[in-house]
Amino acid sequence: MNIHEYQAKELLARNGVNVPSGKACKSIEEAQTAAQALFDAGQSMLVIKSQIHAGGRGKGTFKSGFQGGVHLCKSVDETVETAKAMLGEVLVTKQTGPEGREVKTLLVASAEKIVKELYLAVLLDRNTSKPIVMASTEGGMDIEEVAEKSPEKIVKETIDPAMGMMPYQARKIAAALNLPSSLIGQATKLLMGVYKTFWSCDASMVEINPLCIVENVDETQGIAAVDAKISLDDNALYRHKDILEMRDLAEEAPLEIEAGKFDLNYIKLDGNIACLVNGAGLAMATMDIIKHYGGDPANFLDVGGGASREQVTAAFKIILSDPNVKGILVNIFGGIMQCDVIAEGVVSAAKETNLSIPLVVRLEGNNVEIGKKILNESGLELISGDSMADAAKKIVAVV
Amino acid sequence: MAILVTPETKVLVQGITGSFGGRHAQLSLEYGSQIVAGVTPGKGGQTFEDKVPVFDTVAQAVAETGTTTSAVFVPPPFAADAILEGVDAGLDLVVCITEGIPVNDMVKVKRALEGSKTRLIGPNCPGIVTPGEGEQSSGGCRIGIAPGYIHKKGNIGVVSRSGTLTYEAVWQLTCRGVGQSTCVGIGGDPVNGTSHLDVIKMFNDDPDTHGIIMIGEIGGSAEEEAAAWIRDNCKKPVAGFIAGTTAPPGRRMGHAGAIVSGGKGTAEAKIEAFREAGIQVAQTPSEMADVLLKVM
Repeated sequence: MNIHEYQAKELLARNGVNVPSGKACKSIEEAQTAAQALFDAGQSMLVIKSQIHAGGRGKGTFKSGFQGGVHLCKSVDETVETAKAMLGEVLVTKQTGPEGREVKTLLVASAEKIVKELYLAVLLDRNTSKPIVMASTEGGMDIEEVAEKSPEKIVKETIDPAMGMMPYQARKIAAALNLPSSLIGQATKLLMGVYKTFWSCDASMVEINPLCIVENVDETQGIAAVDAKISLDDNALYRHKDILEMRDLAEEAPLEIEAGKFDLNYIKLDGNIACLVNGAGLAMATMDIIKHYGGDPANFLDVGGGASREQVTAAFKIILSDPNVKGILVNIFGGIMQCDVIAEGVVSAAKETNLSIPLVVRLEGNNVEIGKKILNESGLELISGDSMADAAKKIVAVV
Repeated sequence: MAILVTPETKVLVQGITGSFGGRHAQLSLEYGSQIVAGVTPGKGGQTFEDKVPVFDTVAQAVAETGTTTSAVFVPPPFAADAILEGVDAGLDLVVCITEGIPVNDMVKVKRALEGSKTRLIGPNCPGIVTPGEGEQSSGGCRIGIAPGYIHKKGNIGVVSRSGTLTYEAVWQLTCRGVGQSTCVGIGGDPVNGTSHLDVIKMFNDDPDTHGIIMIGEIGGSAEEEAAAWIRDNCKKPVAGFIAGTTAPPGRRMGHAGAIVSGGKGTAEAKIEAFREAGIQVAQTPSEMADVLLKVM
């Protein structure tokens, strides 16, 4: 699960990480109040940031033509005018796709005077099965680009999960980032807090980009998480009721939400051949084989090991609500559940949903002959496939 | 010989009184596997299906039955604890079937396993089958959720992250009259107990395994590591397949570990690593068995 920047900053702040003061606003009035409070507290400049689950906001364009999803404002009036141009409007960035995302929340925060931008992230290192802290002096940039062009600029520190992050490791990172001695203490506190956020929230990644050395009003320097992105381990959400409440369904694809209700794992793609498969590996392989024979998969859909009648019916309904879909390939390996039972489920689901587009069914496993007989005698215009390759060729041919 | 388990292996089922664990314990009994004990805390003293004693703790089950191997069917919030209980009781092998365990729990388990004698397979895996000599391979050792009847005793080792793709490969072999030594599902999670490479090394050392099918998918770099080792060390022919060529980057494809992130873990890179290692790559999953048999 992903959360918004303002929510990520809230979690970080709870764990002692310094974030610029600000407030999430869902209306113009709230933005006005928040701006007034910040200017009253002595701020001379504010930043107003669109809250959507996609990167590239600053360089994005609203469908209204208004440029930029992030703006600096010098007064309450300017804040209100800018908020009006952003709130409720659809922002298109390089990560949203052409459809864009509606901005329903704005983060109004103090604009820090930035001395230097750095990069910081905590994530799982799959090679060691341990958390790893990655930091770089190249802040504000795409870290993958840095990793490719100048990998020596990325500092990595593996954390022993039995101990958690030790302060010396934080100091090591701070030193490797060439931070001045005067900031080592603050940086250590921030790094420890970021790791604590990662571990205690069961995050799959915490990314602070940029992490900034900032100049305070009294001209001393500080360190702050100016932007933040957190994604969470879905498997662990059951023990984080407070974080689960941060879920924004408007940021997720409606069909994927619907699929989740039936324990179906569905991901919409751009093609026109839908597939319905049991097992994640086989579902991926089915998409691959459709492509291999010249077709274009419309989705990933794993109905789980059982492929019950209820699930297949729900899956058909979800598949059919995608207007691009021109044909369906059902690929089930009947392992524990026998092919005849699955065939009956597919037939009844097809009848219940009044299926009118080509359907190719490939069953394999126990009782496969009885299963095929049920399919052939169903009165439905379905095509039976013998192997995965045969089934894929057949659906590609008719779509 | 087979690897990891033989028809004589005495198996314990943790979570045997749950519907999932119970159903598959029953299927394993029908297959002829030695299911000698069950563990469900609070239900010690009961008997499963009138023949398998149920204990409160793994230590009790080990002391009473001499079990060396456990299948974990415990729900996700309690699965890490169940695995570590098996480790503490000195089991040789723990096979965790449970899907949906929090990643941090597995990070802790993996750390706790360092220096222990227990091998963990999984989690989020179909388990292990060493086929037997009976009808439809019965009499073998079935741990987990794979359908037993699709197997046939023989000399091909199969290792995979995915359940149904494993069944697909096994069934293709069986339909061509070719049997398997052992089939191992290592699971689709980003943190697992046993890697492709671990299993490949075991197959390489097993005199009864003459050829290997290795099935991988997008995410991580375990397939690349296995391929590098195979190139330099493996004495046996290997065929491979990688799922996820068409998966969009940044999306998790069902399995928690199946994700291309930051340009890493792509199917293309894995297929290339296979080719460089001399592994025969199946273009489609329909050809996994044929590709191997061509080089046998």
